[in-house]
Amino acid sequence: MSSPPILEARAVRKEFPGVLALDGVSLRLDIGEVLAVVGENGAGKSTLMKIVAGVYQPDAGEILINGQPVTLPDVSAAMRAGVSLIHQELNLAENLSVGANLFLGREPEKGGFLRLIDREKIETESGKLLARVGLPTDMVNVAVSTLAPGQKQLVEIARALSLQARVIIMDEPTSSLTSRETERLYEVIEALKRDGVGVLYISHRLGEVKRIADRVTVLRDGRNAGELAKEQISHDSLIRLMVGRDLKTLHPRKRGPAKQTRLTVRNLRYLGGPAPISFEVKAGEVLGMAGLVGAGRTELSEAIFGIREVVEGEILLDGKPIKVRRPGDAIDAGILLVPEDRRAHGLILPEGAEFNLALPNLKRLSHNRLISTGRVREMAQKLVSRLRVKTPNLRQPVGLLSGGNQQKVVFGKWLARDPAVLILDEPTRGVDVGAREEIYTVIDELASSGVAVWMISSDMEEILGMSDRVLVLHEGHLTGELSRSELGEEAIMRLATGGIRG
Amino acid sequence: MNRIFGVLSLLATMVVLLSAADFQNATQWSNVKDVLNQQAFFGVLTLGVGVLIISGGIDLSIGSVVGLSAVGFGVLMRAGVSPYLAFILVLANGVCIGLVHGFLVTRLKLQPFLVTLCGLFVYRGFARMLSPGRPVGVQQIRADHPESADALGFLRELFVGKDINSVFGFPMQVIVMLILAMLVGIVLHRTVYGRYWYAIGYNEQAAKYAGIHTERQKLAVYVLCSTLASLGGILTFLDYGSATPETTGDTWELYAITGAVLGGCSLRGGEGTIPGMVLGAAVLPLLKNLISFVGTLPAVSSVVKNIDPVIPVVIGLTLLLGTIADEFLRRRGVAKR
Repeated sequence: MSSPPILEARAVRKEFPGVLALDGVSLRLDIGEVLAVVGENGAGKSTLMKIVAGVYQPDAGEILINGQPVTLPDVSAAMRAGVSLIHQELNLAENLSVGANLFLGREPEKGGFLRLIDREKIETESGKLLARVGLPTDMVNVAVSTLAPGQKQLVEIARALSLQARVIIMDEPTSSLTSRETERLYEVIEALKRDGVGVLYISHRLGEVKRIADRVTVLRDGRNAGELAKEQISHDSLIRLMVGRDLKTLHPRKRGPAKQTRLTVRNLRYLGGPAPISFEVKAGEVLGMAGLVGAGRTELSEAIFGIREVVEGEILLDGKPIKVRRPGDAIDAGILLVPEDRRAHGLILPEGAEFNLALPNLKRLSHNRLISTGRVREMAQKLVSRLRVKTPNLRQPVGLLSGGNQQKVVFGKWLARDPAVLILDEPTRGVDVGAREEIYTVIDELASSGVAVWMISSDMEEILGMSDRVLVLHEGHLTGELSRSELGEEAIMRLATGGIRG
Repeated sequence: MNRIFGVLSLLATMVVLLSAADFQNATQWSNVKDVLNQQAFFGVLTLGVGVLIISGGIDLSIGSVVGLSAVGFGVLMRAGVSPYLAFILVLANGVCIGLVHGFLVTRLKLQPFLVTLCGLFVYRGFARMLSPGRPVGVQQIRADHPESADALGFLRELFVGKDINSVFGFPMQVIVMLILAMLVGIVLHRTVYGRYWYAIGYNEQAAKYAGIHTERQKLAVYVLCSTLASLGGILTFLDYGSATPETTGDTWELYAITGAVLGGCSLRGGEGTIPGMVLGAAVLPLLKNLISFVGTLPAVSSVVKNIDPVIPVVIGLTLLLGTIADEFLRRRGVAKR
């Protein structure tokens, strides 16, 4: 404790109308340290990070940088003080080049009043920054839109470095990265540590936290729930602090053995798909589908749900070929999709749970096309209580709910029907542990009742914990199938990276 | 809801000002009748484009469709077609225009703004080709085809409350508009379809993933809009007793869109109500009336000889101020959360 912490928050309190988001939260970040901040959604992580980054002002408490109390009235003040926030949704101008993004808003100039952009300076400076995050220096003139998600993340970090950031806040940095890109990110974080930069690392993925964090601060309901040193970090200890109780089993399994084949996909190729694919999903099973981001899993599910055009092959439901030309056809047949991007594809954000739950089921909630308000309300209430959706009322815009509650609403849309096949694409992405357990329970219940569940996931724990059988995709090709007894992280990764089985 | 109160208070203010300016003349039945007549007419157009805006679309061709329909209606009757048949043919043409717009937007994935901008020119051209260089009017039809006079007179009485000699009895367009508002209101606010339109306007992708046949629904809304615009053309012809290919309906799409926006429709889609549209459509006619009355006040007329040129300025500023007030309220609402 010779030098003061690079960043410290003391008894920070923040109240929004009706919600006490932070109730006296403290944290400390030392030089060259990675502090993971974990907690369920709504625990106050994001609010705390936004206060540290100057987005919000605390109602009480103080922020200290290098031991000096500071006020951070806005984001640029925080940046000047050396704090940079890297958002979950990356804030890059996709149409501009990497170099232009690095210096956006602070372009070096030449030519006096002409205010010409000094391209040479951008190129040399950008090259140095890119080298620090391990990106090729000749990437300076490449358009950001052509980069992979992992590369964009690194560009964001390079931008933070160019601002002389001493504290970098990363909010779910790996949510859209492949495992290779994640490894690269870890290397960059290690390098940042050596340079004395402090990293606040927010993540839902406990495996990652274990791997990268030097220390963990756990938040629960806007308060400090506890802190773990590196050697204390374990899956169980984290969950106990986050949830405040022991989770019996995160992945329940009450279902029996799989039954008859429900969905058969035969030599199916979608428009732009690399190769025809065949597989089947049985009633009563959870079929996991693993693979790296970009392996074509989402595209495959979209083809079967009628979003993407199928150019060859066929889809059979209970042995009978069906024609799916649009999602409505799939839904009528009982093939339902919980999409990967729930905000873009799963929800009407400004409307409430009632509106959203009713939307795909309106035909059965209406008489002569006139909507029966009573039946809509009744159905919504039933689903909200069955799924334990936490919402002040049925009309509260779902965009204001937490990720877990939003996802429950997306699930609820289909629970009002009798699904034959339920396709889940990343069912718990951005969902906190408590809600995750509840969603897993629902998945298990559905499989028990004979639904064929096809679950696409990049979350290894989820694939290992939930699946009865796993298919692995690599660049659009099916590279292998693993039965429950053969399941293992290594086996899956080998197939996912294109290796051969065995 | 806030929006409706906003428009209502705006309307109330204007009525008070109007009464203050010249109570005697402003409250005379003849003036009230004129204002109601105009409000109802723009209400019909606003209903169509309002629902379209809710579903995330836009239609810039409304004015030209009004022009084409008014001229077409007259030209058909001038050629000896029975007024009833002409009525149906013009509406059918409106349906076809809507289908074309819908097809171009949903199948060819063209932008609604561009599709209907092209329509704005094309239909105006059609109107002028139908009756090159000359207006078409009731008197001529009566003279050429005395057998149509009764039917035409009946349609005029029924839809605009004017007899064949243009004597204005009761503003029947108000009744027409209210019936339409009720019908469209039931569809928008009570049926499955209306719910789909809101969903599509907010988030078309999510609507599609929910199994909604988004393309068919969008097509339907384009048809609704163009059909109401055609009806608007017929109403114009019946009301004015004539139609001029070059000018009838010119820029009226902007009045309709303004009415919808003042009534609470967001151009981003997903927001708006039928009562709002009906009230929103009342703002411009009332405003025009107010300005012309103010123009006749001695204090004003001694300074400004002709107040008409001021009207567009005031309309534009009213819309701008309304938008600013709305944005202000919206932000305060967000900050409260």
